[in-house]
Amino acid sequence: MNMIQAINSAMDVTMARDPSIVVMGEDVGYFGGVFRATAGLQKKYGKTRVFDTPITECGIIGVAVGMGAYGLRPVPEIQFADYIYPALDQLVSEAARLRYRSGGEFTAPLTVRSPFGGGIFGGQTHSQSPEGIFTHVSGVKTVIPSTPYDAKGLLIAAIEDNDPVIFFEPKRIYNGPFNGHWDRPAENWSKHPGGAVPEGYYKIPLGKANVVREGEAVTMLAYGTMVHVCAQVVADTGVDAEIVDLRTLVPLDIETIEASVKKTGRCMIVHEATRTSGFGAELAALVQERCFYHLEAPVERVTGFDTPYPHSLEWAYFPGPVRIGQALKKILKD
Amino acid sequence: MPEESDVVDALSNLKPLSLHVPEPKFRPGDAVDFAEVAVPAAGSVRRPDTLAPAQDFTDLAYTMVRVLDEDAQAVGPWNPQLSPDRLRRMLRDMAMVRAFDERMFRAQRQGKTSFYMKSLGEEAVAVAAAHALDDEDMCFPSYRQQGLLIARGCPLVDMMNQIYSNTGDKLQGKQLPIMYSEKRFGFFSISGNLTTQYPQAVGWAMASASKGDTRIAATWCGEGSTAEGDFHSALTFATVYRAPVIFNVVNNQWAISSFSGFAGAEATTFAARAIGYGIAGLRVDGNDALAVYAATAWAAERARTNAGPTLIEHFTYRAEGHSTSDDPTQYRSAGEPTAWPLGDPIRRLKDHLIAIGEWDEDRQAAMDREVAEAVKTAQKDAEKNGILGHGLHQPLDTLFDGVFEEMPWHLREQRQQMLDEETASGRPWARK
Repeated sequence: MNMIQAINSAMDVTMARDPSIVVMGEDVGYFGGVFRATAGLQKKYGKTRVFDTPITECGIIGVAVGMGAYGLRPVPEIQFADYIYPALDQLVSEAARLRYRSGGEFTAPLTVRSPFGGGIFGGQTHSQSPEGIFTHVSGVKTVIPSTPYDAKGLLIAAIEDNDPVIFFEPKRIYNGPFNGHWDRPAENWSKHPGGAVPEGYYKIPLGKANVVREGEAVTMLAYGTMVHVCAQVVADTGVDAEIVDLRTLVPLDIETIEASVKKTGRCMIVHEATRTSGFGAELAALVQERCFYHLEAPVERVTGFDTPYPHSLEWAYFPGPVRIGQALKKILKD
Repeated sequence: MPEESDVVDALSNLKPLSLHVPEPKFRPGDAVDFAEVAVPAAGSVRRPDTLAPAQDFTDLAYTMVRVLDEDAQAVGPWNPQLSPDRLRRMLRDMAMVRAFDERMFRAQRQGKTSFYMKSLGEEAVAVAAAHALDDEDMCFPSYRQQGLLIARGCPLVDMMNQIYSNTGDKLQGKQLPIMYSEKRFGFFSISGNLTTQYPQAVGWAMASASKGDTRIAATWCGEGSTAEGDFHSALTFATVYRAPVIFNVVNNQWAISSFSGFAGAEATTFAARAIGYGIAGLRVDGNDALAVYAATAWAAERARTNAGPTLIEHFTYRAEGHSTSDDPTQYRSAGEPTAWPLGDPIRRLKDHLIAIGEWDEDRQAAMDREVAEAVKTAQKDAEKNGILGHGLHQPLDTLFDGVFEEMPWHLREQRQQMLDEETASGRPWARK
């Protein structure tokens, strides 16, 4: 399966098991979603469980919160993460706090799916990585898969989780892993082990990272598309890096991170999102606090620049093999 | 093709643009005259079929449904024909709300709690609606519908425990006073963020409809917060899916210091907002408990028969300051509350009961004493659980409960840090 098919399968499998699950969003019903993630679901489960919505993100999430209060388990889609901002009040002030402020009387078991990330010439409003906004909010979980296998297992876990989950889908790797070499032919998931996805039900627990490559020289912390870019740079340079795919940003798998950095003594953080106050800053702080006496070099952050995401200058902005390669040289020099 | 000079000439013939900034009629010190507030005669407004299409409601959105006339008689097609027992219960609930407000306002002034918000003059809006809805219908209130809880029988002591953030507060002292959550009374958790409850009510109603349930949702916001984007998204969703929901706009003329003109009231009514969405819109005398009851019952029947949502504008007046943190004499004339042409909702219902021979001043006085006593007793009971002025009443560790269903490592670490801080302070608070 590619990642779209895996995500579609996750919703299909969970909807068949639990009649309280509803899928909603712009173009998700009859049409099956602009990325085809919900294709066929309305036909299979009916219009009251899979339906198109008006174009109002605050409405989509607000309505989903109300449905959750009734006892449904909504899976709303925000067409692009760049368009999640109108829903921020409902996510931050309502969904994230409902359990806390009501003493557990009401909960918001939503899973907000949204395509995110760049590398597709999406320009300013089809490329953003706003995960840092959500990791800063207490009461929501933030999940970002990097393979079809993970996408399905994590999405099923997210839908069944009783807390609100922001599920960001790196759209650059919907059809195949992206190694950062934009000038080489695209790959598809059929040749990648992460593309082998069981048809049925399985879960990957939230809050558990995945060590995708073991190594001794440096720890690379990444998620989403950047996991694959890191892996390619490591293959290209021959550096014996340990690559940790975080998968869930909140709650974070701190044990896996700590064990890896204490082993390697070096830590590099890689994300597409802009640098200042990005999630990398939190990771760097945690590593510094917990692994200070094991660190042999300053923690490196390889990120997008602190600019809006550009169109024609995409590959100058994107933290690709050159930027990561230089950072690797720097961190290994000391 | 006009020459450039022609264009300049044409423009020069226009007066310069000017920006209109609304201004209320009366400011502090001004004499008040509400003669311009149009108040149609009671009984003069037609009552359409609950199944009528939304476009048939334009006239109703610009007039005012009123039942109680100048002689305190119930007249016209909207007269809900309530039994004297029901009328007396509504009257008592409204009196209880007023007595509760009075006592809690004073408790705030005595330092027993940090904050309170009265609903003085708006008691009918919540109490009569609660009587017209089924107990199983779900309410998504704003912060000024405490009358829903009281009319639905929520123990006063539970409400006070929340206001005092004491050991009896089931919200564990996490919420600002009056931000109640009472699932057992169909009362959704109140949020400080305005109008967020509007789309949530629609979602609840859509869920009920999709499950083939018979319950409906009702939600409330003030006229000021109709300006929020969530108001628009909620009405759009409601009309698209014909959700079984009642939107209540409590137009009490004031949003803190801003008069209703800053929500658009100079140009139109709030009930008229419904028309553009294809939603039935009613405008109701919010100080007439029978009109509020009748409109709510009408809208509930409409919703329950799959005929769709209704928006009810309750035309009323916020007779007190916005909250205990507000001083209304700084921005409006002190003469407004007494000059308000729709009067006092409690007095009007009382006069009606007396006019039909089902009540008298002695019974009213006895009832007032009785509700005051009930509030006082509840307050004593609540204060046995502590008052906010005495400090924290919750086990310290509860601060971290309920952020997530299960506590992640980073919250466990922070909880330990907090407990260590308290040990170090030499004055450790109670723990679980």
